[in-house]
Amino acid sequence: MVETQLTEKRLSQVMTQQTDLLIDAQDVSLRINERDILDRVALQVHVGEIVTLIGPNGAGKSTLLKVLLGLLACQHGRVARRPGLRIGYMPQRLKINPLLPLSVRRFLTLARKLPEDKIVGALKETGAHYLIDQPMDALSGGETQRVLLSRAILSDPELLILDEPVQGVDVTGQDELYRLISTIRRRHDCGILMVSHDLHLVMSATDRVVCLNHHVCCAGHPERIQQDPSYIALFGRNAAVMPYNHHHDHRHDIHNDVVTGPRPGPRNSDRDDQAHG
Amino acid sequence: MDDFLWRALIAGTGVALVAGPLGSFVVWRRMAYFGDTLAHAALLGIALGLLLELPLQTSIMAFCLLLAIALVLLQKQRRLASDTLLGILSHTTLALGLIVISLMESVRVDLMGLLFGEILAVSQTDLYWVYGCDLVAVLALVIFWRPLLAISVDEELAAIDGVPVGWVRLGLMSLIAMVIALGMKVVGILLITSLLIIPAATARLFARTPEQMALAATVIGTLAVGGGLAASMHWDLPAGPAIVCSAASMFFLVMSMRRS
Repeated sequence: MVETQLTEKRLSQVMTQQTDLLIDAQDVSLRINERDILDRVALQVHVGEIVTLIGPNGAGKSTLLKVLLGLLACQHGRVARRPGLRIGYMPQRLKINPLLPLSVRRFLTLARKLPEDKIVGALKETGAHYLIDQPMDALSGGETQRVLLSRAILSDPELLILDEPVQGVDVTGQDELYRLISTIRRRHDCGILMVSHDLHLVMSATDRVVCLNHHVCCAGHPERIQQDPSYIALFGRNAAVMPYNHHHDHRHDIHNDVVTGPRPGPRNSDRDDQAHG
Repeated sequence: MDDFLWRALIAGTGVALVAGPLGSFVVWRRMAYFGDTLAHAALLGIALGLLLELPLQTSIMAFCLLLAIALVLLQKQRRLASDTLLGILSHTTLALGLIVISLMESVRVDLMGLLFGEILAVSQTDLYWVYGCDLVAVLALVIFWRPLLAISVDEELAAIDGVPVGWVRLGLMSLIAMVIALGMKVVGILLITSLLIIPAATARLFARTPEQMALAATVIGTLAVGGGLAASMHWDLPAGPAIVCSAASMFFLVMSMRRS
């Protein structure tokens, strides 16, 4: 996937104090092929809180999730988790080879054997229990997302990490899914960290927004963050009522500080380090 | 029936037994090209074995295992796409094997036998090899079935569930290297991947669970060996190709039954 040189491997450091903090990432940096994918990123999720990570394509959102999940080691910084933290993860998309015959029930019990009522319970919670004996490759986009969400809550998670949970779902389905996620948060009293790039839906279903574009541009309450200059620079003033469109941009000077203002001419590629999207 | 036919049948069945489940993994994980590469490399393994005067089965197996490990390491770097890398190694090892064999003046090698199998020349020792390896492979498959299946569905989810993905993948590759080394005697270097893939693909047409598919592939592979040997005896066909053709005809038969 990526080649990384692990100069420091300090993942899953155990937190010493009892707090309502579930996961605490500080100063996380990751460089791949001379490019800063993550640059001194800080992110925290508390009990019962929904944090949404937004940012343009290629901003490092999924990479950050992988670091938090422990799939990828960061070169600098640290990720501390509450001791024994149970994490439920829902990937952005799942591509199972259709030559592998797998029912939904079997998919949910891949990691370990589970009692029937637990499987049915998790599927009922997402309204997908009627799919239990269906083969995985016969599911629609929305059904797949519900099954993936059921899988994420199977382990009774304290922290749910959802990577673009409404991917491939139509607009009414998206709304339903976000409501479902809020319900799950209340019922399980878990913290939720999700990635999204549709702003208007994010605003209503989240407690805190973190704007990521390799570095954290801004973070805070969704209402307040809309007034933040760096947010406006990144997403535009009316972004909250418009479908997401990343037309604005900001530049970094040689010290890697953000310079707001118009872009210097047309952008040639997303890989441009000086002016990026 | 003659002794050599019995031995052929027993050896072929022994290979089909593990080729069923391992072939299913090859199909699920899209490793057909990987199998081909190992099979082609086996020729170089034989050549080196002859050169260094090592026992042949041991040198084939050791060489295939080494190559499997090398491939795992090489695939970690991402400068070359996996299939390009396999293409380079596959044909380089085959070419090198042919050159080394042609340079050895003291040894006469039956190249056709290596390329297309010599199941009718299976010896008693070969049978011990086949069933010894079968025992190892079946045990490994039973013990590690759950993690093997988990990494075949999705490696990332498996890793989050705590499966040591790298080790399990290496273990699976080693088992596949082993069955390829065994299968060489039955259908030869150029046809061995078909013994892995065709029965598994046939089984997929009606199987509803991964386990059904693996077991059905074993049964189909065994039938293909029996059918191929029978055809070879009746019509005096080369045994290895006859086995592959009987597997393929089963695939098309089941497919046409499914269609109608």
